[in-house]
Amino acid sequence: MARASTAKPAKGAAKPTPAPASNRERPAEPVRYEASKDELMAFYREMLLIRRFEEKAGQLYGLGLIGGFCHLYIGQEAVAVGLQSALEVGKDSVITGYRDHGHMLAYGIAPKLIMAELTGREAGISRGKGGSMHMFSVEHKFYGGHGIVGAQVSLGTGLAFKHKYANDGGVAMAYFGDGASNQGQVYESFNMAELWKLPIIFVIENNQYAMGTSVNRSSAEDQLYKRGESFRIPGLQVDGMDVLAVRGAANTAVEWVRAGKGPILLELKTYRYRGHSMSDPAKYRSRDEVQAVRDKSDPIEHAKRDLEALGVTEADLKDLDKEIRKIVSEAADFAESSPEPGLAELYTDVLVDTY
Amino acid sequence: MSEMVKMNGLQAINAAMFEAMEADPKVLVLGEDIADREGGGVTGTMRGLSTKFGDHRVCTTPISEQAIIGAAIGVAINGYKPVAEIMLMNFTTVAMDMIFNHAAKLRFMSGGQTSVPLTIRTLTGAGWQTAGQHADHLEGWFAHAAGIKVVCPSNPADYKGLLLSCIQDPDPCLFVETGGTLFVPGEVAVDQGPIPLGKARIVQEGTDVTIISYSTMMLRCQAALAGLAEAGISAELIDLRTISPWDKQAVLDSAAKTGRVVIVHEAVRNFGPGAEIAATINEELYGQLKGPVRRLGGPYSPVPFSKPLEDAFLVTPEQIVEAVKGLMG
Repeated sequence: MARASTAKPAKGAAKPTPAPASNRERPAEPVRYEASKDELMAFYREMLLIRRFEEKAGQLYGLGLIGGFCHLYIGQEAVAVGLQSALEVGKDSVITGYRDHGHMLAYGIAPKLIMAELTGREAGISRGKGGSMHMFSVEHKFYGGHGIVGAQVSLGTGLAFKHKYANDGGVAMAYFGDGASNQGQVYESFNMAELWKLPIIFVIENNQYAMGTSVNRSSAEDQLYKRGESFRIPGLQVDGMDVLAVRGAANTAVEWVRAGKGPILLELKTYRYRGHSMSDPAKYRSRDEVQAVRDKSDPIEHAKRDLEALGVTEADLKDLDKEIRKIVSEAADFAESSPEPGLAELYTDVLVDTY
Repeated sequence: MSEMVKMNGLQAINAAMFEAMEADPKVLVLGEDIADREGGGVTGTMRGLSTKFGDHRVCTTPISEQAIIGAAIGVAINGYKPVAEIMLMNFTTVAMDMIFNHAAKLRFMSGGQTSVPLTIRTLTGAGWQTAGQHADHLEGWFAHAAGIKVVCPSNPADYKGLLLSCIQDPDPCLFVETGGTLFVPGEVAVDQGPIPLGKARIVQEGTDVTIISYSTMMLRCQAALAGLAEAGISAELIDLRTISPWDKQAVLDSAAKTGRVVIVHEAVRNFGPGAEIAATINEELYGQLKGPVRRLGGPYSPVPFSKPLEDAFLVTPEQIVEAVKGLMG
C-alpha cells in the first residue's frame, strides 16, 4: 500500500501545501541495549515471572477461583520489563489499562498481593474491591489498572503534569493499546502534553488486535508511532518482542523526556498469545498465526538464547524456573487461602468519611 | 394463538435485527467487534448479520464510542435508522455528550425539523465480578434527559418486541440488555411483532401489594412470588419494560388498588428510577396508601469485585419478601 500522498495541487490553487518542517529536533535512533549478563538475567527473570504468574492466573480462572474479566499479558512480557527497567520505582509513575498484571510485576509489586486481588481477597492490593482490571500501588507510583479504553492516557497526562509542576524529576509512563489509540481523548491528551511539554512517555502496546478487530480493520493510519505527529510528538517504532531493543528505546525516551523536551510516543510491536480476555475464544485469528509468533518471536526464548551466548547454562535457567514457580505457587496459595472481605467492606472506601 | 418457540434474549435480539434489516434497507448497524469476522458482537447478538447484509451495513468500528454515536446521529438525521452498539453501559459514559447533548436534544433545538431515529443497544449488570467500570445500571441518568427513550427488557419476547419498536421509533432509544436476563430462555411467538414502548406488563395480578421492577430484578421479583404466596400475600407484579417514558397509568391504577408499593431495581437506590416512581405515587395517591412506598436498590457503593461483596450489592428475593412483609404490618 502506498503511504506517501502523490496528489498534485489543483489547477489555479494558490500554493501547494508546504512539506512538513524537518528542522525539528528528533530523538536519536534507539540502539539495542547492551546488557551485562546480570542485567539480562534480571530481565529474563522478570519476564519469566510474568509468564508463569499469568499461566497460573489462567489456571485459577479455569478453576473458578478468579472471576470477572481477566486479561493475560502472555507474549508481551518484554514490553513492560524492558520499558520499566529504565524507570525509577517510587520516582517515575506508571499507569496502564486493564491488562495490568505484567506492569505491576515489572514494577516490583509483590506477586501475592496481585494474585490475592485476582481472587478478590481482603489481602489483595485493592482489598478485593477492584479485581484484575483495577489495581493500584500508590507507594510504587503505580496508578492502575483502568477499565475504560484509553482513559488512562488522560490520567497519565495528569501524572506528568504533577511531575513537571512539582519539579520532582519524575516522568510518567502511560500505556495503552492499539485499540485505545482510536479514542478521542488520547489526542486531547497528546495536544495538552506537547503544549505544556509534559514529561510523559506514551506507550502504545500494539498487540495487533483491539479485542477481536485487527489493526488493519480499525486504524486508518496503522503505523501507530506516527499518531503523535500532528501534535509534534516524535514517535518511535520498537520491536516489542526483544527486551533489549525495548530497553534501548526506553533509554532514548527517558533521556528525551527527562531533558524537558516534552512527550514522546513509542509504538511497541508485540503480540498476545491468549485471547483478549479469558472469555475470548479468539476466532478472529488462526492458531497457525499464534503458533508462528510463538515459534519465531517469543521474547523469553529470545532472551534465553542471548543468555546462553553469554555463557549461562541450561542448569542455571532450570534453577531459576524452579525458583519462579515456587514464588508463583506461593502467591496462588496465599490468594486461595486468604479470607474474603467482610460484608461491611461494601460501605468503606466509597468516600473518605463513611456516608 | 400463534405458534411459540423457545429462545433466549440473545437469540431474540438476533431475530429482531434480522427482521428489521430485511424489512427496511435503512436499518444499519455500527459497533465494536460486531461483524462475523470479529465474532458477531461480544455476546454474539449480531451473529450472521454482516455475512447476510454485508460489512457496509454492519460495520465493525474502532473502539471509539464518541465517534460511533456521533456518526450514528449523523446518519440518523439524514434519514437512516442506525442501531449503534456500545458494548457495555459504562462505556456510554465515554459518549455521554453525544447521547445527552446531541441525540436527545437535536429535535427540540431544531424546532422539530429533524428527529434522531437512533437505537443504542448496550449491555450491563452485576453478577459476573466485572467490578466498578463494567456493570453499572445507569438508566436513571438517561431517563433524566428529555428527548431519549429508555427501554429495559427482562425476557426474550420483550427483547424482540421492544427492540423492533426502538428501531422503528422516530426518536432515539437506549435499549438496555442485561447479563442476568439475556441467557434465560422463554417462549416467544413466531410472529412476535413490535411491543409498544411506554407500556408496562402486569406479570401477575394481586390485591395486597404492588411490586414494580424491570431488567434482571424482574427475575428476582418473580422468584419472590412463591414466598409471598406462602405467606398469604396477594402480590401484583409489574414489569415496567420502559423506564422513560414510564407507564404511569398502569402503576397508579395498581397502587390505588393495593395501597402498598415496593419498587425494586439494580441501579443504586439513591436518586434511582425508583425515587421518581415513588414520588409520583405519593403525589397522585396521597391519602390512599396504606404505607410508605418502599424502594430496594443497589447500595451507595460502586459495584465491587469480590464475590461476597457483589452478592451483597444485589437485592435478593428474600429481601423483597421481607420488604413486602414489612409493609403488610
